[in-house]
Amino acid sequence: MSDAQCRAGDRAYAIRLARPDDLPQVVRLDVEITGIEKPDYWADIFGRYSCTGDENQPRASKTRRNRFFLCAADGDKVLGFIIGEIRAWEFGSPPCGWVFAIGVDQEARSAHIAQTLFEAVCDRFRKAGVTQVRTMLARDDTLVMSFFRSQGMMAGPFIQLEKDL
Amino acid sequence: MKLQKATRCALFAVLELAADPTRQLSANEIAEKYGISTNHLAKVLRSLGRVGLVEAVRGAGGGYRFSGHARRTTLLDVIQLFETIDPIAQGEREDGDGTPEGQGLCRVLTEIEDTARATFASISLDTMLKLVSRYR
Ligand SMILES: CC(C)(COP(=O)(O)OP(=O)(O)OC[C@H]1O[C@@H](n2cnc3c(N)ncnc32)[C@H](O)[C@@H]1OP(=O)(O)O)[C@@H](O)C(=O)NCCC(=O)NCCS
Repeated sequence: MSDAQCRAGDRAYAIRLARPDDLPQVVRLDVEITGIEKPDYWADIFGRYSCTGDENQPRASKTRRNRFFLCAADGDKVLGFIIGEIRAWEFGSPPCGWVFAIGVDQEARSAHIAQTLFEAVCDRFRKAGVTQVRTMLARDDTLVMSFFRSQGMMAGPFIQLEKDL
Repeated sequence: MKLQKATRCALFAVLELAADPTRQLSANEIAEKYGISTNHLAKVLRSLGRVGLVEAVRGAGGGYRFSGHARRTTLLDVIQLFETIDPIAQGEREDGDGTPEGQGLCRVLTEIEDTARATFASISLDTMLKLVSRYR
C-alpha cells in the first residue's frame, strides 16, 4: 500500500508504516498522552510491529501481514500513530481486527488525523480478509471512547471481566 | 433500561432540530412526528432553550431551531437536564444498603450504571445522528 497523502488544515502528511527510527517520537507522544514512560514496552512493540520492509512483498511473513503499526507523518515528524493486529479464536471469536493503541499529537488534534489513521488500519484489516474491528478502552476515557463511537463503533458481544490477584 | 418521558421528548427534539440547524420547526410538528404531547414537548423545549441547545424563533412561521454544538454535546448532557444517571453508590441510600448483601447488590448495580453513563457520555449528537441515519 503506497503512502496516502492527506491534509490537516495547512499541513500535509502521509499515512505510512512505522519505522524503527520513529521510536523516540512515538515514545514522546505516548508520554505526553499517558504521563508514563515505558521504554521496554515500546522497544518490544517496535520489534514486533514496526516494519523494515515492504508490507506488500510476498515475502513479508504472515505475522507481519497481520500486524499494523501506522504513523501519520509530516516528513520525519510523527503526528500520530495507530497499532492494530488481526486476532483469532479468543473465546470463540472468528478472526477480527484489533486496535490497541492510538495517539495524536496535542498540536495536531481535531483535524481528522486519528480518523484517517483508523480508516487506514481498517482498510488493511479488510484487505487481510476480516470484516470486523474491535478495541478495548477505559470506560471513563470519554475522549477516546467518543472518537471510536464517532467512527461507528458500538459495544460488541464480548465483555471485559477482571479481578484482583 | 428506560428513560423518562421528558428525557425521550428532549432527545427526539434535539436530534430532530440538530439534523438540520438551518431549519425551524414548531413544537406541534415535532410532537406529531414522534407521537408525543405538544404541551409536554413545549415544556421540554423551554428547558432546552434555557441551556442554549435550542432557540425560539419569533414571528410568523416561528418555531425552534438548534443552537447548540452537535459535535460536543453528548446524550448525557441532554439526559442530565431531566434525570440523573448517578452511580448508585453516590445516590440516595436504600433499605439494606449497610448489609453485605446490600453492598454486593450495590456493586453489581453500579457496574451497570457506570456502563450506561459511559455510553451516554461518549455519544455526541453528531455521532447519534450518524447512527440514526443507518435506520433510514
Ligand atoms: C482520541 C484522539 C486519538 C483523537 O485524535 P484526533 O486526530 O484529534 O481525532 P479526529 O480529528 O480524527 O476526530 C474524529 C472524531 O472523533 C471525535 N472527537 C475527536 N476529538 C474529540 C473531542 N475532544 N471531544 C469529542 N469528540 C471528539 C469527533 O467526533 C471527531 O469528529 P469531528 O471532528 O468531525 O467532530 C486524540 O484525542 C488522542 O490522541 N487522545 C489521547 C489518546 C490516548 O489516550 N491514547 C492512549 C494511549 S494508546
